[in-house]
Amino acid sequence: MEGATQTETKIRAESGIESGPRGPGCSLRHFACEQNLLSRPDGSASFLQGDTSVLAGVYGPAEVKVSKEIFNKATLEVTLRPKIGLPGVAEKSRERLIRNTCEAVVLGALHPRTSITVVLQVVSDAGSLLACCLNAACMALVDAGVPMRALFCGVTCALDSDGNLLLDPTAKQEKEARAVLTFALDSVERKLLMSTTKGLYSDAELQQCLAAAQAASQHVFRFYRESLQRRYSKS
Amino acid sequence: MAAGFKTVEPLEYYRRFLKENCRPDGRELGEFRTTTVNIGSIGTADGSSLVKLGNTTVICGIKAEFGAPPTDAPDKGYVVPNVDLSPLCSWRFRSGPPGEEAQVASQFIADVIENSQVIQKEDLCISPGKLAWVLYCDLICLNHDGNILDACTFALLAAFKNVQLPEVTINEETALAEVNLKKKSYLNVRTHPVATSFAVFDDTLLIVDPTEEEENLATGTLTVVMDEEGKLCCLHKPGGSGLTAAKLQDCMSRAVTRHKEVKKLMDEVFKSMKPK
Repeated sequence: MEGATQTETKIRAESGIESGPRGPGCSLRHFACEQNLLSRPDGSASFLQGDTSVLAGVYGPAEVKVSKEIFNKATLEVTLRPKIGLPGVAEKSRERLIRNTCEAVVLGALHPRTSITVVLQVVSDAGSLLACCLNAACMALVDAGVPMRALFCGVTCALDSDGNLLLDPTAKQEKEARAVLTFALDSVERKLLMSTTKGLYSDAELQQCLAAAQAASQHVFRFYRESLQRRYSKS
Repeated sequence: MAAGFKTVEPLEYYRRFLKENCRPDGRELGEFRTTTVNIGSIGTADGSSLVKLGNTTVICGIKAEFGAPPTDAPDKGYVVPNVDLSPLCSWRFRSGPPGEEAQVASQFIADVIENSQVIQKEDLCISPGKLAWVLYCDLICLNHDGNILDACTFALLAAFKNVQLPEVTINEETALAEVNLKKKSYLNVRTHPVATSFAVFDDTLLIVDPTEEEENLATGTLTVVMDEEGKLCCLHKPGGSGLTAAKLQDCMSRAVTRHKEVKKLMDEVFKSMKPK
């Protein structure tokens, strides 16, 4: 019986040390993922990063409205619901970012004239929300069995006023940071799929953050692989 | 015959041009369309500008009104941007509540204003805790031929430099604000954020300033907003095909040259304006 599968992992190398501008360590928070926890959606996943938690559900490939159908590929829709209040313009902007990232990896050409809907619900927000949403969306798409050319993950970097790099910042660290950069990277070649930034930073700092994010994404992808291996080896 | 080929296989048609390192409208891959800017054309607004990037036309009008400062920041005013993509500019938009593209553009402009600190909100405060300026920035697209974000950012910047706010004094006895329309001063525009947009073709080729056709055929887009010190205010890449760090570096250098071009244009325009 395919019940809910839970995998947890502690990935904390160089615990507690904030990385300097030259040598980024990997100090991501504890993350956990639970798949197939909802019975109605075709795929679902809950991703936890520290105290930030996002629940994702995927319906698809399913029927699409004629006005929205694309003749040669699947139509992807993303809905992001905040924890409190009605979705606003900021949510729309994030939905666009997540949707375009998913569109780049999902093999829509295999399911033309269908719709794949990803619904994300923010359960708790303690920093790095967009990255957590991306990870939850990816895990949910895998759970639904949607064909993809690569997996993707989200990593957040924060730059504080001294130029120190912080990976996976908490809400407090994000507020005090001079700049917060969120990247989505693919699993095949660690290319940059999506980026959105807040604050001022220089070109060199951008390259540093990108390199640090690429190094950190290895850990996230290893976690994906382990959790999926564990899940499929049981049954 | 070329028109038939373009309708049936638009992507192949484009690839033929890209192989020769140029585009159907004759531009090089790194060339922007002719940029024209016109300021102060709307008399009823406190500041206005009209920017044309080729055929893409965006008009920006700024109105200043009074408002109470936010309770958590009593010495700050508000800047409220709104991008309006009406059915006039493209067949893709219907009238009614703002669609997704308009909302994403509004959020992008709000982020650029916030990140680049183009206007210090403290400058908009008249009396801490009681009265502050609220600047409503309306960006209306008149013609959508691609690269709306660059045009909006430029229009906003030009309009900010054109805004003149009257002097306001708080009368001690009546506690009312007295506006002196005869004495106006320009806003203190601290930085000049300039946006440069790229479209990614076939996962490898980067072209600058895409037209609407190119945006539809592209596999991804990227917008870089830079200020004069080479600092980045915004790296907006909403999904699409992956980019390597080296390609990003090329984009940065192009953004730096574009910043110089735009700054030169703006300086010329403002120098040519007759002082009121």
